[in-house]
Amino acid sequence: MEEKSYNKQIKKNTKNLAIYTALWTISMAVATFGPIFIWGENKTLTFLGVLLNAVFGVFMILANIKHLKSLDELQKKIQLEGMGLALGVGIVGGLSYSLLDTTNLIAQDAEISFLVILIALTYLASIIIGHKRYS
Amino acid sequence: MKNRLKVLRAENDLTQADLAHKLEVSRQTVNAIEKGKFDPSLPLAFKISKLFQMPIEAIFQED
Repeated sequence: MEEKSYNKQIKKNTKNLAIYTALWTISMAVATFGPIFIWGENKTLTFLGVLLNAVFGVFMILANIKHLKSLDELQKKIQLEGMGLALGVGIVGGLSYSLLDTTNLIAQDAEISFLVILIALTYLASIIIGHKRYS
Repeated sequence: MKNRLKVLRAENDLTQADLAHKLEVSRQTVNAIEKGKFDPSLPLAFKISKLFQMPIEAIFQED
């Protein structure tokens, strides 16, 4: 069977996205925990850690754009539905959560990490449901 | 929208993967179009039409 160039391109772009996502995640962990466990009060190293994380973040976004552009129309539709739902749930859920904090209905401060987890899980669930719906 | 894609593919002895390759889409997309779960865009419909050398309306019909 002839090499499937379309699938090959998708695999290459997905692999690139996975690599930059991993680098961004690792650099985020280094920038977060480095000042606590490795280099202490050194502001230069902390700044470099944050800068490196931002640079990997930009590469990750560019890799994601390239990945999305390489998808076919059905895959783009599934992604669009997933991202739209994740954005909606993120805004509504995030603002409600923030209101709970500002009106002192919850004891602890609202953490951005909860919002990130909510968006990520919504996106993941929506993508899985989208693939099942069109298969 | 109904379509004759599955029949045309079988007549031309193509697998879903073969057709997907020729159309430069995923096999999932070919499967979704065949099952009527997804309507292709006009450019993709023209590509299918050109591949099978048939007018679009001979492949896709309204429900």
